[in-house]
Amino acid sequence: MIKNNKTANTLVNLLSASVLLGMVVNLYLIFQFAPEERTMGHVQRIFYFHVPSAWVSFLAFFVVFVYSIAYLWKREQKYDIVAVSAAEIGVIFATLVLVTGPVWARPVWNTWWEWTPRLTLFLVLWFIYVAYLMLRKFVEGDERVARFSAVFGIVGFIDVPIVYMSIRLWRDIHPSPVIAGGEGSGLHPDMRITLFFSLFVFTVLFFWLLIQRIRLEKISVTVNEIKKQMAY
Amino acid sequence: MTPNVERCAAVSTHRLSKTFGAQYALRNVDLEVQAGEFVAIFGPNGAGKTTLIRILSTLTKATSGEVVIEGHPLNKDSGKIRCKIGVIGHQTFLYENLTAEENLKFYARLYRVKKANDRITQLLRDVGLETRRKDQVRTFSRGMQQRLSIARSLLHDPSLLLLDEPYTGLDQHASKMLTSWLTRLRERRQTTLMVTHDLERGVDLADRIAILVRGKVVFNDLRANVDRSAFRQVYYDLVEKHNRQR
Amino acid sequence: MIHSIFTIAAKDFVSELRGKEMVLSMLVFSLMVAVVFNFALPPGSDAIEEAAPGILWMIFIFASVLGMNRTFVYEVDKGCLQGLMLAPVDRVVIYISKLLVNFSFIFLVELMVLPLFSIFFKLDFATGIWPLLFVLFINTLGLAIVGTLFSAISVNTKTREVMLPILQFPVTVPIIMSAVEATSAVLQGQEWSVIWGWSKIGIVFDVVFFVVAFHTFEFVIEE
Repeated sequence: MIKNNKTANTLVNLLSASVLLGMVVNLYLIFQFAPEERTMGHVQRIFYFHVPSAWVSFLAFFVVFVYSIAYLWKREQKYDIVAVSAAEIGVIFATLVLVTGPVWARPVWNTWWEWTPRLTLFLVLWFIYVAYLMLRKFVEGDERVARFSAVFGIVGFIDVPIVYMSIRLWRDIHPSPVIAGGEGSGLHPDMRITLFFSLFVFTVLFFWLLIQRIRLEKISVTVNEIKKQMAY
Repeated sequence: MTPNVERCAAVSTHRLSKTFGAQYALRNVDLEVQAGEFVAIFGPNGAGKTTLIRILSTLTKATSGEVVIEGHPLNKDSGKIRCKIGVIGHQTFLYENLTAEENLKFYARLYRVKKANDRITQLLRDVGLETRRKDQVRTFSRGMQQRLSIARSLLHDPSLLLLDEPYTGLDQHASKMLTSWLTRLRERRQTTLMVTHDLERGVDLADRIAILVRGKVVFNDLRANVDRSAFRQVYYDLVEKHNRQR
Repeated sequence: MIHSIFTIAAKDFVSELRGKEMVLSMLVFSLMVAVVFNFALPPGSDAIEEAAPGILWMIFIFASVLGMNRTFVYEVDKGCLQGLMLAPVDRVVIYISKLLVNFSFIFLVELMVLPLFSIFFKLDFATGIWPLLFVLFINTLGLAIVGTLFSAISVNTKTREVMLPILQFPVTVPIIMSAVEATSAVLQGQEWSVIWGWSKIGIVFDVVFFVVAFHTFEFVIEE
């Protein structure tokens, strides 16, 4: 399963370098280039981590969805490996959303938590994909693990729009305090540039993490196979 | 294998393989069961015997190879095949809360058995359980449950019977009954494939004997060609030889 | 196919009638929780009336998880699930019959708990009984649709009964919201459009996940 493909290795190394470079540039943009926000001050800069984390999370869970379907269709372990790798990364970034959210909220709204649509959604999402990871932990048999989590991966992702719809309706009925100068309200062009660059870098970071995690999983699978053969 | 033989065979597998990840449970198994034949398959634990039965009974899909049962290819006509096979395993497939009669009625309806009541009465009589017809299965001993399970598997008059270690957990008395039952079925020329640990009983009942070790068929011959007294040693030797190989 | 569905469902109904395991445990559990909640909240306060729909559905959700675990454990124990899979019935038939059984028993328990709940918490459901039954129906169906699929998964895990709520609760958030808000609207005598607004989400949930479960169930129970 592990091929020492020279071109693949070179490309990945290139990717690693670009991720590193990109993050450094991103940090500069976020802390130096982007202007200070009028009402919230420097705290607002968390926004450039918070939103891209949310985006990466969604992207990761979408990957889980697609590769879950692929696994049930083709039954090849490689699809399952991608799915679990993406799920783990998704959970990490969802955690980031749930951490940066309160860190931002505290100085701005004087409260650690608000049931905003995004935060509520990510709380539910976090639980769905943690459930995915727990399911994998408590099922025996590689093939079963892959099959069950593929089904749950599909159900979980399809649930996302429905969860979002219900949260929106809930918020309409129980509105949260209106936040002045919220994130949507008119971004300065420099802010927009920073945001888009951050989104871009985070996406590249996602793919880099995904590749590393997939490699790790492949090694783990190979080791387990060797162990099994030795025991036999 | 000439085409003529294939048409007569009740079960025929060609290079049947089943893998779990990188592990081979079955490796290129070529096996044939002729109509009316009683085939016994022996093998140590982990040989792939249960996997073989599960594939033949449509519970699991093979990874590669062809299987034809009663003229139907396994990967296409599993619905039709299920109508024609009966399975007896070490689990009884019986509902403890329900009576013997209710259990049989249930399966009769699932299998669309015609004139179910008559058939049920007949089978209960055959397995000696007609007096316990209205009793809940939870009150039955293991031997009685196994007998009811036999009745259950024969409800729809299957042309092929698959047995997976049917002697497991049976005491002497129940084992004797099972053997006499299987002997009766054999006399009726019921096509049967039985996997078992029990060398003596298997050899007595079989028309053909096969040995499975590590997923491979290492022995396959007519019972008539086998020296009964020497067979146990032959079995151990083969198992040892193939266990040592990788 | 309908014939097989009813055969399997009928078998489960008969069995449950004999053992009464599922309905009794769900019922007793629900009543106990209702009493505990009553002690947990200060008596006669407005808080109770506001919290009542939430408490009611908390009870139903926990009880339903308790009950749904039973239907598959019962099949797996004597290998009966394999017996069903060996029979010439489509895999999906097993799902639909289990869904029917789960839904019926949960709904039955809900109908029994509701009057007792209204007595304990001094609530008047009488005026909105039909909308309430509608809300009960739609949302219980949602719980059963997802729960039947997930209990087929969880019965095969090392932690068995504990796995089902872990899978079920986050995924059924839309149902929880829809159920509680719609019930609350009924209690407050709000107009139908509000109740319908929430029920739409429940209906979408039911339809979407029925289709998903319909297509994925065979992957769960195959060997």
